[in-house]
Amino acid sequence: MSDAQNRIADLVKANEVVLFMKGTALFPQCGFSSRAIAILDRLGTGYETVDVLQDPEIRQGIKDYSDWPTVPQLYVRGEFVGGSDIMMEMFESGELQQLLGAEA
Amino acid sequence: MPMTASEIEGLIKTAIPDADVTIRDLAGDGDHYAARVVSRSFAGLSRIRQHQAVYAALGGRVGGELHALQLETAVPNTETISE
Repeated sequence: MSDAQNRIADLVKANEVVLFMKGTALFPQCGFSSRAIAILDRLGTGYETVDVLQDPEIRQGIKDYSDWPTVPQLYVRGEFVGGSDIMMEMFESGELQQLLGAEA
Repeated sequence: MPMTASEIEGLIKTAIPDADVTIRDLAGDGDHYAARVVSRSFAGLSRIRQHQAVYAALGGRVGGELHALQLETAVPNTETISE
C-alpha cells in the first residue's frame, strides 16, 4: 500500500466515526459535505472529520481506498458506509441511527 | 464540458440495459444532476455496490467531468427477490 493508503487506513481504524469531507464541520466547502454534516449533527453522536482539501494525497487516495469516486465518505468502526446520498437514505429509514447508536 | 441528461442516461443504459433511469437537472448548469436508477440487476447488492455499478457505467466521469450526481438506486418493487 502507498503512504496515502496507509494513512487513510490509520484514520479509519483510529476513529469510530470519521467523515472524509471538503472543508470542516463548521465550514463545509461543498453541498454534499454540508448535507453529511447536517445528518451527523442531527444524530448528535460524536464524529471526526478529515478535510481532503488540506491534503492532495488523501483527496486522491480516498477515492481509491473504497473504490468510490466522490467525497464525502463516511466510515463507522472501520467500515465504509457510503456517501451523502446513502447517508440520507439510511437516516430516513432509521438505519443510520441504529448503526451509530443514536437515540431515535 | 458539461454533460447532458440524455448522455448520462445513455451511458447508464448501455451498461445496465434493463435500467429505468430518471434524471433531474438540479441547477440548470449541466453539472449538477440527480439520478434515480431502478434495475433488477441490483437485487441482492448492498447500496454501496448498487451505486458503484452506476459509477462504473459512467466510466470515471463522476467526481471529475460530472461534478455532482445525487444518486438513488432501487430494485423494482414489483419483483419478488428470491434468495
